[in-house]
Amino acid sequence: MSTFWSLWVAILSILTLVLVFSLLYWNMKNYTGVEEGKSMGHEFDGIEELNNPLPAWWTKMFWITAVWAAYYLLAYPGLGNYEGFLGWKSSNQGITTLAESKEAREQAEAEGYHVEYDAELRRADEKFGPIFQQYAQQDIHALANNEEALEIGQRLFLQNCSQCHGSDARGGVGFPNLTDDDWLYGGSPAKIKETLLLGRKAAMPAWQASLGEQGIKEVVAYVISLSGRDADPALVQAGKAKFGACAACHGADGKGSLAHNLPFGAPNLTDDIWLYGGSERAITETLQHGRNGVMPAWKDILGEDKVHLISAYVYSLSNK
Amino acid sequence: MSATSSATPNYNFDIVKKFAFMAVVWGLVGMSAGVVIAAQLVWPELNFDTPWFTYSRLRPLHTNAVIFAFGGCALFATSYWVVQRTCQVRLFSDKIANFTFWGWQAVIVSAIITLPLGMTSSKEYAELEWPIDVLIALVWIAYAIVFFGTIVKRATSHIYVANWFYGGFILTVACLHIGNSMAIPVSLTKSYSIYAGAVDAMMQWWYGHNAVGFFLTAGFLGMMYYFVPKQAGRPVYSYRLSVVHFWALISLYIWAGPHHLHYTALPDWTQSLGMVMSIVLFVPSWGGMINGIMTLSGAWHKLRTDPILRFMIVSLSFYGMSTFEGPMMAIKSVNALSHYTDWTVGHVHSGALGWVAMISIGSLYHLIPRAFGKEKMYSVKLINVHFWLATIGVVLYIVAMWISGVMQGMMWRSVNADGTLTYSFVEVVAATYPYHTIRWIGGLCVVTGMIIMLYNTIKTIRSKDAAKAEVPAQSAQATA
Repeated sequence: MSTFWSLWVAILSILTLVLVFSLLYWNMKNYTGVEEGKSMGHEFDGIEELNNPLPAWWTKMFWITAVWAAYYLLAYPGLGNYEGFLGWKSSNQGITTLAESKEAREQAEAEGYHVEYDAELRRADEKFGPIFQQYAQQDIHALANNEEALEIGQRLFLQNCSQCHGSDARGGVGFPNLTDDDWLYGGSPAKIKETLLLGRKAAMPAWQASLGEQGIKEVVAYVISLSGRDADPALVQAGKAKFGACAACHGADGKGSLAHNLPFGAPNLTDDIWLYGGSERAITETLQHGRNGVMPAWKDILGEDKVHLISAYVYSLSNK
Repeated sequence: MSATSSATPNYNFDIVKKFAFMAVVWGLVGMSAGVVIAAQLVWPELNFDTPWFTYSRLRPLHTNAVIFAFGGCALFATSYWVVQRTCQVRLFSDKIANFTFWGWQAVIVSAIITLPLGMTSSKEYAELEWPIDVLIALVWIAYAIVFFGTIVKRATSHIYVANWFYGGFILTVACLHIGNSMAIPVSLTKSYSIYAGAVDAMMQWWYGHNAVGFFLTAGFLGMMYYFVPKQAGRPVYSYRLSVVHFWALISLYIWAGPHHLHYTALPDWTQSLGMVMSIVLFVPSWGGMINGIMTLSGAWHKLRTDPILRFMIVSLSFYGMSTFEGPMMAIKSVNALSHYTDWTVGHVHSGALGWVAMISIGSLYHLIPRAFGKEKMYSVKLINVHFWLATIGVVLYIVAMWISGVMQGMMWRSVNADGTLTYSFVEVVAATYPYHTIRWIGGLCVVTGMIIMLYNTIKTIRSKDAAKAEVPAQSAQATA
């Protein structure tokens, strides 16, 4: 905020409060020329107004808020750019990256500010950090059999992952089921942890423009036939010829990228598990418009130790 | 009585009658919409799998209908009644006043059509799209012309305190509505706010909180300052108290918006300042309650026989309660618990149902027979039934929301020994079901009361027993 606007808002704020309390002060005395308790002498549609004094308890309460307001505005930021004598801030403002956040935290500490958010984080790290560190040193296989670790992992999952994957981790349209043994990027402890730490971005291109309406119809028929369902043989035949482009990610056999040790996250098309739906309509939509699945990276949000515990929980779901 | 009463001005009661009747109708409609969405929170399938009946589309319909349709019509009716009678002149212009009636009804009908269709600016309490916003602005400017025009040509020397509040409300709402609704249209049904990011949020809550402060508080205090002394037959307790609390209230309220944005991207100084002003505001808010309640002193015995007065005293109690609760909730550390929970919803309804609706209902019961030239309401017994239904309904509603809100806040922040949250979000949702059911029952009581009020109103209007004195002869009514 520029000095001009800082002064502008500070002066207006103070002026408002000063005027309000001057008004109170002025009205504590009887300036009306009418005896207290008597009518003011005007009458509106039969209504008269008495000149009773302000209730004393109410006036006192009003002055108490004045004292408190003055203290608060001196102690805390509240008047333009003035920062308050306590050096208090709710958080380091204007931060856009983690690096900036770290820098701002160190700077605030060096300059003696009390930053509430930083203090809260520090308290939590000191109190809970060791618990997670201890689990982080154990192997995920071992943690998957540790009741207590799994409970913590489940709670972290419910708070951070259930929004997409569901409370029961069975997923939904566009979000994989984590309780079966069908994996897009791999179900080993290491692979699960990698997915959680770094996130995943899957891209199924849109084929509408290059395949055309008829082409989409044919490929859809072929894809349906891959999972052992009936489809028009002529369309299937024509679709098979066009499947070459799909094979680059899904494999020539349509068994998905993982079966071929490829990192694309392209699903297996030969089973009956469908990320975006297996009906003719859903497959057509997927082919026409493409799909973009995104798993966020949790490394910087939760930290590696917590991710380790969630990985163990997710691993345990399909490895009981 | 002053000399003017011997030559009573020819007041425009036609406009008052129209607005008063529609206030009752829209009250029933708006509160029924509230009961429907309260039921949806218990039985989500009540949206019938249609986009039009989803909670997200009906909720703004409910808020717009109760605030602007019910509250708005009640304010128009009472302000046109009060300003004429306390200035002792007819309205400045019948034609412009008529435009405010038909214009306002057009706004309401447009809201009822466009909101379920999903047309929204997505600003809370200002969801209506730009063409309707333009109409609102026009009606509001017309309203200001009629109201202040009448004040200017008044036959009394002073301006009565009720009119200060009505005037403050009309002026500020014009600024709030026009300021917050500034948008760039991209089509007839879609526009984008000219503000962005934290500035947009601040504008929205500058508007949003003052919709409460000026529309739902200052306006209704105007109502209180006329109808409470009138119904009680008592003088206003303290003129000086009304001077202090009027000026302090309107100068402080306008700063209080940032308390809706505690712990957000809003700068620290804005949050602190909003909190300070909100807490100081507590005392002048109580000034209004004290002046109202003390005006009743000496008339307490009337509460035994007069259910209209009961509506008024209970409304003042709820006003005192919610203006204490509000500043408390504006304290950052309290807000950290209460924000985003049902507590906020309960607080709003203790103000909206307890204060705004009750004072309006009481005032309308006073005004309707007089405006329509009848002796009294068709049935005083039914007013009493309405009073108890409304009171029980509001208490059920607020208590359920207090419990549910504090519970939500506690469950959300509860952590295990390892620092993980104890409850997932859905567990908290599941825990609120019983309280949401009680809230729905409370709402049903309130709506039943409104059905009785509509019946009583229609019966009163249709009844043949005209008041003994003709309507404009007000001296007979001063003691009624």
